[in-house]
Amino acid sequence: MSVSTLGAPARADSAPPSLTVKKSRRKLPDLRRWISPLVIVALWQIACETGLLPPDKLSSPWTVLQSGIELAGTGELGDAFVVSTTRVGIGFGIGALIGIVLGIVAGLSRWGNYLVDPPVQMLRTLPFLGLIPLFILWFGIGEEPKIALVALGVAFPLYLNVHAGIRNVDSHLIEATTALGYTRSERLFHVVLPAALPNTLVGLRQSLGVAWLSLIVGEQVNASSGLGYLINNAREFLRTDVIVVGLVVYAALGLATDAIVRLVERRALRWRAA
Amino acid sequence: MASGLTVAVRGLTKRFGDRAVLHGLDLDIAPGEFVALLGRSGSGKSTLLKVLAGLDRDVTGEFTVDGKVSVAFQQPRLLPWRRVWRNVVLGLHPVVGKDVALAALAEVRLADHADAWPRTLSGGEAQRVSLARALVREPGLLLLDEPFGALDALTRIAMHRLVESLWLRHKPAVLLVTHDVDEALLLADRVLVLDEGRIASEYVLGHPRPRELSDHIDVRTQVLADLGVNERATA
Ligand SMILES: Nc1ncnc2c1ncn2[C@@H]1O[C@H](COP(=O)(O)OP(=O)(O)OP(=O)(O)O)[C@@H](O)[C@H]1O
Ligand SMILES: [Mg+2]
Repeated sequence: MSVSTLGAPARADSAPPSLTVKKSRRKLPDLRRWISPLVIVALWQIACETGLLPPDKLSSPWTVLQSGIELAGTGELGDAFVVSTTRVGIGFGIGALIGIVLGIVAGLSRWGNYLVDPPVQMLRTLPFLGLIPLFILWFGIGEEPKIALVALGVAFPLYLNVHAGIRNVDSHLIEATTALGYTRSERLFHVVLPAALPNTLVGLRQSLGVAWLSLIVGEQVNASSGLGYLINNAREFLRTDVIVVGLVVYAALGLATDAIVRLVERRALRWRAA
Repeated sequence: MASGLTVAVRGLTKRFGDRAVLHGLDLDIAPGEFVALLGRSGSGKSTLLKVLAGLDRDVTGEFTVDGKVSVAFQQPRLLPWRRVWRNVVLGLHPVVGKDVALAALAEVRLADHADAWPRTLSGGEAQRVSLARALVREPGLLLLDEPFGALDALTRIAMHRLVESLWLRHKPAVLLVTHDVDEALLLADRVLVLDEGRIASEYVLGHPRPRELSDHIDVRTQVLADLGVNERATA
């Protein structure tokens, strides 16, 4: 008894400060967290200026910034951005469609599960980036192998999560809505799919991460346009500044798509937050 | 069986593998009658309710149910991604307006929770939403499978009053499955005990409502004996 009476006030005491910290952090970022990143960038700049880091190994942050502005000004960066984003967009669309449809089929029907799940689970164990040589033989060196690589990478995480989400639907809810007169398709749209949504969104985030990774790898192998081409081309001329610009854009794109999914998550899963 | 009965069951048998959980069961329920069904755990009470609700069609024997059927389970089984009022009108086709849901929620005194998410409700509140959802369809037969089993004692007493008043207003036939003998004696016109796959005994309760716990002491002892509880041994 003494333990619980001691424990309760202690918790009550510590709760308010942590709450206020959270709130202030949301309004303006805690500046202390910026100290070490800024120091690192400063050290990097100094190392470049003193010649410790030669520009053919790594350009200074200042040079990177200037090149970025220059590339953006000439339109090179914009063009590469559009090309790469289009590849990811198309590949993601195809892969997501395949992953979601197969996940629903395998999740809903017993025969679908028997027929679809084993081959997908087997293919999943293949290191799909190792398929690039085959993809080049099958699809040539145009847009197709890159899109196919992205689609493949996207399909698996979505399939697995949609499948798991549907399998885990609470059978009690199915029973209750059946008793209320729901037809099979009503149960699918109003019970099964909403119940699988949280898992699906987890799969969406994973698959977007994989999508960018697949694109980067695909574009490294061969490309005559896009961010990967920009980077590869820069390598031949030892332009490490341009390489870093390309990497930064990749990172920004990855972060941006992740933020979008999190936004969707927060809106679509409001009922869970409560 | 155009008998004027809400429920008429003859020779109902339900098997799981080799074992017959319900074995030649007969049951009649008149319109507007409140029937309580008792029985040991595993005696087949939920199984019978599922058959009457049309959730289990793999049975032999005959049965007819007249009018719409609603079920409320031990757990409220609300769709967590639908707001409370949308859960209430879930059973209605085509989907009707919010005013219908609000009226039903007002009957269980939850109108101000209409826009809440089910997650935010307490157990008793969620169970009342589940009752509103069952009643809003104006059922001829209301099946209740231990709807108060998960609630605390005080909430349960309030729910008994609520169910009784809702039943008096809407007058559906009710089949209430419960483990609580006192609950059965307070609410029901007739108490049935299920054993060995059949209705083993039946008690008609005449006392006017609202009842007190002491109104059917004699029946209580008998029902407990039917259920295998010997009161004198414990007293
Ligand atoms: N789907 C099923 N498959 C096999 N056996 C089942 C199934 N559903 C129920 N049973 C069996 O049927 C018997 C009756 O189950 P039921 O749920 O109807 O009991 P009950 O009277 O409602 O018990 P309780 O009071 O504990 O809820 C039990 O022995 C149970 O094991
Ligand atoms: Mg039961």
